[in-house]
Amino acid sequence: MNKRLLALLSLLVLASMILAACGTPAATEEAPAPEEPVATEAPAEEEPAMFECTDALGCVEIAPDEPVHIAYWGVLSGADSSLGEDSKRGVEIAIDDMGGQFQGHDILLTTEDGLCTPEGGATAAQKLATDTSLVGLIGSACSDETVGGIAAITNAGLTTISPANTRPLLTDPNRGPDYAGYLRTAHSDAFQGKAVAEFAYNVLGVRKAATIHDGSAYAEALQQVFADEFTALGGEVVAQEAVAKDATDMRPVLTTVAAAEPEFVYFPVFVAAGGYIVNQIRDVAGLEDVKIAGSDGIFTADFLEAGGANTEGMYLSSPDFGAFPGGYPEFIEKHNAKYGGAPLSVFHAHAYDAANILFTALEEVAVVEADGTIYVPRQALRDAIYATQNFQGVTGSLSCSPSGDCGAPVIAIYEIMNSDPASWDPQNADNPNPKKIYP
Amino acid sequence: MRTTLGERLTDWSISGFMWGFRILIVLIVVLGTFFTLQSGKYTGEQWIDFIVFGISQGSIYALIALGYTMVYGILRMINFAHGEIFMSGAFSAYFLATWLNTVGFVDANPVLGLLIPILFAMLMSALIAMLVERVAYRPLRGAPRLVPLISAIGASFFLQYTFRGFFGPGVYAYPPIKALEGEWVIFGIGILRVQVIVAIAAALIMAILYIVVMRTKIGKAMRAVSEDKDTAALMGIDVNRIIVSTFAIGAAMAGAAGVLYALIYRQVNFFMGFTPGIKAFTSAVLGGIGNIPGAMLGGMVLGIFESVGPALFLDGLGIIRPYQLKDAIAYTMLVMILLFRPSGILGERLTSKKA
Repeated sequence: MNKRLLALLSLLVLASMILAACGTPAATEEAPAPEEPVATEAPAEEEPAMFECTDALGCVEIAPDEPVHIAYWGVLSGADSSLGEDSKRGVEIAIDDMGGQFQGHDILLTTEDGLCTPEGGATAAQKLATDTSLVGLIGSACSDETVGGIAAITNAGLTTISPANTRPLLTDPNRGPDYAGYLRTAHSDAFQGKAVAEFAYNVLGVRKAATIHDGSAYAEALQQVFADEFTALGGEVVAQEAVAKDATDMRPVLTTVAAAEPEFVYFPVFVAAGGYIVNQIRDVAGLEDVKIAGSDGIFTADFLEAGGANTEGMYLSSPDFGAFPGGYPEFIEKHNAKYGGAPLSVFHAHAYDAANILFTALEEVAVVEADGTIYVPRQALRDAIYATQNFQGVTGSLSCSPSGDCGAPVIAIYEIMNSDPASWDPQNADNPNPKKIYP
Repeated sequence: MRTTLGERLTDWSISGFMWGFRILIVLIVVLGTFFTLQSGKYTGEQWIDFIVFGISQGSIYALIALGYTMVYGILRMINFAHGEIFMSGAFSAYFLATWLNTVGFVDANPVLGLLIPILFAMLMSALIAMLVERVAYRPLRGAPRLVPLISAIGASFFLQYTFRGFFGPGVYAYPPIKALEGEWVIFGIGILRVQVIVAIAAALIMAILYIVVMRTKIGKAMRAVSEDKDTAALMGIDVNRIIVSTFAIGAAMAGAAGVLYALIYRQVNFFMGFTPGIKAFTSAVLGGIGNIPGAMLGGMVLGIFESVGPALFLDGLGIIRPYQLKDAIAYTMLVMILLFRPSGILGERLTSKKA
């Protein structure tokens, strides 16, 4: 009797979980196909004879009834999931704009979660590297994921365009052969760190700054750029501390920072750690009134939820949405209609541009046979992406450098005016939260 | 003696290495402390702050550690789902506290507004722990010791991802309680109210637990089952009932810890139980697993070392970014204590029956 009741209970729990799982988007989703795939009227100029693949990295063959397979990889779970989810949406909107189809084939988008760690990125990349049906990739979200996974992707002959990695070294001219398959539409933090340093020195007028990072590839590099630029301007960096990525008790490290008596504390970390720092910083003697700033890793409504009332008056750097040249309001309209709310983070438009660069390059190099079979030479695709010049994207006019930098970096500093997550709407220029204050 | 020269040499080099390790660590601690104090980088008030931060963190570790140690004392198994019990307590309290906050109850009755979520979290955690015990552990009672351990890890993932499925992967902000904001000046030193309340609440809860275990009938039965299950059963003790109550009481401690944790750090997340769970397990081992005062002491020691250690031991040696080594300090201390006292600070020597 008792046992049966229990079995029933556990079954119910199980059933509800399965239902809950169905509610969330599955890992693999096929883009909606508005119409039946029609055989292309005008076949390519090639002879109907068999296509011969001479590409150095081989070709992807897509049979007439197969979809064109691309993948998005980046963090999709945990406290930092808003960053990855936001970019994924940009890719999905780009696919919608293609009508869900490429040359009469459906476009299939699969996703891999990189967990915002080097290990997670490596696992995701290795999984993608074994999938021979993949044409191209968009990702990753966190710089750590790329550091861990890029070798596997490059060596598998794949090319990925990251909409959200900002670590400067990823597109350094001396970045090494493992990065041959890596480009990005996000800005390099060489620009972001400089913008924050100039803002702190010239606008806030502070002379003594401290930084805290979480050991991630993103935060470690960004705070260093800031420190170098701030010192070059004539300021003094009095402390550069770091915590573990899963640290929760920040007051000891903040006490050490306080001992150095900074006027400005910069912590370009991610949501969870950023929330803990901002929640605890006012509790530490000596830091009650210090000015605080973060960067694009916490430029999200989730950070207001995690950080609470103390986030008010804090400064955040991010791409300057007001400076996007064209098409951004229309993009946001599509986004909000599709997802029923404002973007989650800052790199949705960069992801949209990245996907469109990929599709444009694909258009250029794909060989379409009379029966609808598509061949995609991989090296040619990679070269075509690198050759992108003056691509008119939402985020600007994009040209890719030989070391993979395609972004048009324009950074702005915003101030958080209200800690209510519901009021967060940076894309709306009339909205006072967060408010753009520099430049 | 049939040991060859080679074997003896290996023995010597191993014990030599272990002694070298001990001396090295002691040297680092002594030199680091000396140089840090000499540099005068921190004021006396800041040192007291470090210790207060450590005590509030440590009392949370101690509360969670109690659950590990009690279950180990009775079943000789590590309940690795305990961190998730802690998380579920914090989550339940979050929902209740948010509601109480929006209806204005907390501002009107700060004491009840604090107490009700704690009691609710204790109740929910106890219920979930009883369910886990019934489903994941009791069917494996007679199985080899590794089997319930694996089952515990499974239960841990199950709970984590159940909460994730229901409430999503995001972070929730625990509502602030106005009465807890600000400082109290004690002996001329300003200490955050929330720290004081957390430390007092933890001490109270642990005192109640100690009385329950030492003075009540059920406590006596628990101790009897812990000594010898079979004999206890022969004496007319319902062993299953005692085991379930042990799980429930340990879980209630974890639930209370969850609320105190949320009061300090103000964040609730489905993954929040993992790190505190591991740290609390470390505290339990540190204090001597199976020993209730040991778990309390272990938690406090770990919390204070984590808070004071990076600044005191490493700062003076010129090590940059010492806080990234916080966990290294915690676990090095565990190794050191186990090297000098293999059964933990207060641990009794295990009899062959218990081990």
